Amino acid sequence: MEILESRQNDICIFSIHGRLDSNTSAELDKRILLSLDNGAKHIIMECKQMDYITSAGLRIVVKTAKKMKSGSGQFILCAMADYVREIFEIAGFDRFLPIVPTLEDALKKI
Amino acid sequence: MSMLELPAKIENMEALMTFVSDRARSLGFSARRIKEIELASEEALVNIINYAYKDCDGIIRIVCSGDPIHLIIQIEDYGSAFDILSLSDPDTTSSLTEREVGGLGVFLIRKLMDDVTYSRQDGRNILTLFVRLPDA
Repeated sequence: MEILESRQNDICIFSIHGRLDSNTSAELDKRILLSLDNGAKHIIMECKQMDYITSAGLRIVVKTAKKMKSGSGQFILCAMADYVREIFEIAGFDRFLPIVPTLEDALKKI
Repeated sequence: MSMLELPAKIENMEALMTFVSDRARSLGFSARRIKEIELASEEALVNIINYAYKDCDGIIRIVCSGDPIHLIIQIEDYGSAFDILSLSDPDTTSSLTEREVGGLGVFLIRKLMDDVTYSRQDGRNILTLFVRLPDA
């Protein structure tokens, strides 16, 4: 897995490439926490190149969502392949997380 | 029938997963279904490495076989007896505040596979995943 990170003012965008699984999710967790420590207020997770997410990855997503909820920032996911979206829906995460079609849509929501 | 047996280590995950996905590919499953099979297998393997062999080393054996309508993936370990199917499903309708952070691995296995069974035989935990063949 590769994580590309970019900043637009107080928004941090993480583009996930590859598999977010038991081997790689700790790295994403660390990067997200670091970006919040460095002043990011909102987090966007771009999933266009993500081809796989396991329960370990979902754990980081729900942990981040809980953390963001306690502050005033937003946590938005975007550009998921159908297969990845299906996993989020089975897990019921689409009930409490905004999942939008494109990165532009995500930026517009903030 | 084909079988692969390896030490239960994270570094062997890729070989174990490739063994399962190669088998699925040879049976003509779609790319999407293969990912679901990989996901369910990975969740089972991670559970074995993290829990069944939490305090000791051990081996994982994967046996792929079939019946006329299923690919059958049997995942075995010699760790402590534990029926992961006895775990209750997480409440996927709860709000974010009430939502537990973990507990989704076994739930995903159940949801993505056509059937799942557990048995304990001769000191082994045997988790069996049934996946309906593409043209069945």
